[in-house]
Amino acid sequence: MRILVNGEATEVNAVNIAAALDELSYEGEALATALNGQFVAREQRQETVLQAGDQLEILAPMQGG
Amino acid sequence: MELYGEEIGSRLLLGTAQYPSPQILAEAVKASGTEIITVSLRREGADGAGTGFWQLIKALGVKILPNTAGCHTAKEAVTTAQMAREVFGTNWIKLEVIGHSDNLQPDVFGLVEAARILSDEGFQVFPYTTDDLVVGEKLLEAGCEILMPWGAPIGSGQGLRNPDALRAMRAHFPNVPLIVDAGIGRPSDACMAMELGMDAVLLNTAVAKAGDPALMGAAIAKSVEAGRKGFAAQMMERRDMAVPSTPILGMAVFD
Repeated sequence: MRILVNGEATEVNAVNIAAALDELSYEGEALATALNGQFVAREQRQETVLQAGDQLEILAPMQGG
Repeated sequence: MELYGEEIGSRLLLGTAQYPSPQILAEAVKASGTEIITVSLRREGADGAGTGFWQLIKALGVKILPNTAGCHTAKEAVTTAQMAREVFGTNWIKLEVIGHSDNLQPDVFGLVEAARILSDEGFQVFPYTTDDLVVGEKLLEAGCEILMPWGAPIGSGQGLRNPDALRAMRAHFPNVPLIVDAGIGRPSDACMAMELGMDAVLLNTAVAKAGDPALMGAAIAKSVEAGRKGFAAQMMERRDMAVPSTPILGMAVFD
């Protein structure tokens, strides 16, 4: 199905957020996720089911003021 | 000074953006003696750039204050704060809700709303606000224990546009830590903020965009210390007329 990952239309087979991170090769502890504007905690990624058209945001540390 | 129960030695908080290189960022952090640095969260690409930055930051051994920079609504800021808490492992959040894209001034209504939600969720909020007393009161009511009034628009380096307003804040909130955030461009600006009785200053561009960021970090650290000591020592009041420093008594007469 097609979802938006960080604003980019992306085809994924994954049915939940944890699987999508694996499929898209996102690794490491320094990642946070939000689905359709709502924060999804690390321990909820497995149980959070994806649907076509969902907006998934994957954020990581960056320089800031 | 104490910020949310943490004893902090340095009164200079430093941003981590816009440095010429990660190495120079690390040197500036060390030279400034800061104990708190600000960071943000951004979309991660497949290159894992964020993970690399996180390793660099952790190695600096200072406290992390994540921000919600770039958020224009309370909802965006709350979601970003929740994500930051998980990644950085801290309840501290520098709360920015931007209200205007030209001068980046805070949307104080969204700010108070987000501060209330986050405080209720156990966050310890450092709100980037204006120098408005009433907004300050609302933020305290919302659960903030610190206020961070602007000196001038973010990144402008204009210094303290309204020192009288900051003086009024100091008088109105005698026991609330006040941190001037944004607008400081040079050591004298930081010194002036501290002379006004501010508890600390937070700046980024003044150091990052200096010709020699590490040297500027050290210079501003000294000016912060000087201003703080000046405030503690209670400065003389200005006078309209000259008053001789040297005693008149005992002057020789030569005519």
